[in-house]
Amino acid sequence: MSEMHPRTAIPLPFVKRTPPAFSRGTVGTPSGKVFRIATAWSRQDRWGAFRSRVSAYRMTYAVAPGLYAVGDPGPGSPVFVSASYKLSFDVLRRSLDGIDGWVLVLDTKGINVWCAAGKGTFGTDELVRRIRDAGLEQVVSHRRLIVPQLGAPGVSAAAVARETGFRVAFGPVEARDLKAYLAAGGKASPEMRTVRFTLADRLVLTPMEVLPAARKYPAFAAVVLLTMGLQPSGILFRDAWQHGWPLLLQGLAAVLAGAIVTPALLPWVPGRSFAVKGWLVGLVTAWLLGRIAAPPAGSTAVLVTTVMLLFFPLLSSYIALQFTGSTTFTSMSGTKKELRLFLPVYLAGVAATVVLLAAIKVKEWQLL
Amino acid sequence: MRYLSGVTSLAFDEEQCTGCGRCTEVCPHGVFFLGDRKAAVIDRDRCMECGACAKNCEFGAITVTAGVGCASAIITSMITGGEPVCDCSGSKPNAASGGCC
Repeated sequence: MSEMHPRTAIPLPFVKRTPPAFSRGTVGTPSGKVFRIATAWSRQDRWGAFRSRVSAYRMTYAVAPGLYAVGDPGPGSPVFVSASYKLSFDVLRRSLDGIDGWVLVLDTKGINVWCAAGKGTFGTDELVRRIRDAGLEQVVSHRRLIVPQLGAPGVSAAAVARETGFRVAFGPVEARDLKAYLAAGGKASPEMRTVRFTLADRLVLTPMEVLPAARKYPAFAAVVLLTMGLQPSGILFRDAWQHGWPLLLQGLAAVLAGAIVTPALLPWVPGRSFAVKGWLVGLVTAWLLGRIAAPPAGSTAVLVTTVMLLFFPLLSSYIALQFTGSTTFTSMSGTKKELRLFLPVYLAGVAATVVLLAAIKVKEWQLL
Repeated sequence: MRYLSGVTSLAFDEEQCTGCGRCTEVCPHGVFFLGDRKAAVIDRDRCMECGACAKNCEFGAITVTAGVGCASAIITSMITGGEPVCDCSGSKPNAASGGCC
């Protein structure tokens, strides 16, 4: 929050704030001066976009809500509504190069349009409040707003019209289609109305799928090494490593199979269920890896291989199922159904793995 | 890409429909088609329950239980008994939430 002035307890409206890095001077309106925004990305913007894709940095990547100008707008210029997640705002302003217009940023707590609409922060009440705060009815002579289509789960066009007189037109899903949308006189083609999920769309999400699993990896590694090294005489480090490393590798591969390979190959992996898709990818991964990094030969090799083919594909399946929260086409009812079916399977799998590990130890120690 | 079939909570009451076409404007998956005088559900299984259509149907012709398809949020709600809530809002910046939002 380096942009905030330390002495101002109450955020000041319009240009009394420190100019943000993406502003290029100000534009006067009947309701006061507003910042004019650049349409090109700086190195700082690109770095911020990258960081927000790979870390929790996204949680604080926000712009100040309110009205901004783009180009040289007048009372007849179009008004584009956006969210306060800086990446959403940046994608919009990059798409408005060469267009004169107004950008009204809603306070979505730094969350993107679609997710914020689902939560209701990108919503009717906030839009009505921002229209009034910005004095929009004095800034423009028309009564039209272009709201991103993915804001529709939170914005009732009819309610906004009732409360403010502004008519909401839902623009295209992607900001990059805005120019074509305006050129067509505010008509979006069916393609512009449909959300897609391309390979690039999916891959860009994968770092944030890996991250939660990666945080748990050290604990997993500790359990594996302790279990494998455990002997009646104490923990043997040589055993821990010799018997543990194929399993450590399996764990790593299972995470990658569930969090990267399954999302990337989503359309081509058989089945519609994410749990099934993740399990299939995990099974192939565990089997292939088991051939390269086989458990040490001996009396327990068969049991260890069974653990590999039982536990790790289920782990991939569970991780792949988490991806339902990030896609553009999965529903809550569907995800609930998957969980009802597969949570018992996961729990049974973990229980069976514990039994197998105990059996491995019993055999190793020749207790029976 | 398609998700599981026959699961959506989407319900459409043709009686109430006036054919305004808002649903075809807001649906991101082409679930609705605007016919002569009324809309019709042409691809029900593509519905992801985002709730945009119901929110924008002035005539109450559409109902859907909107919500997040976030597995970890649903698991949490199964344990706590509440509604599934995506925890990727600002309250817990270091929450172990994945890529959603």
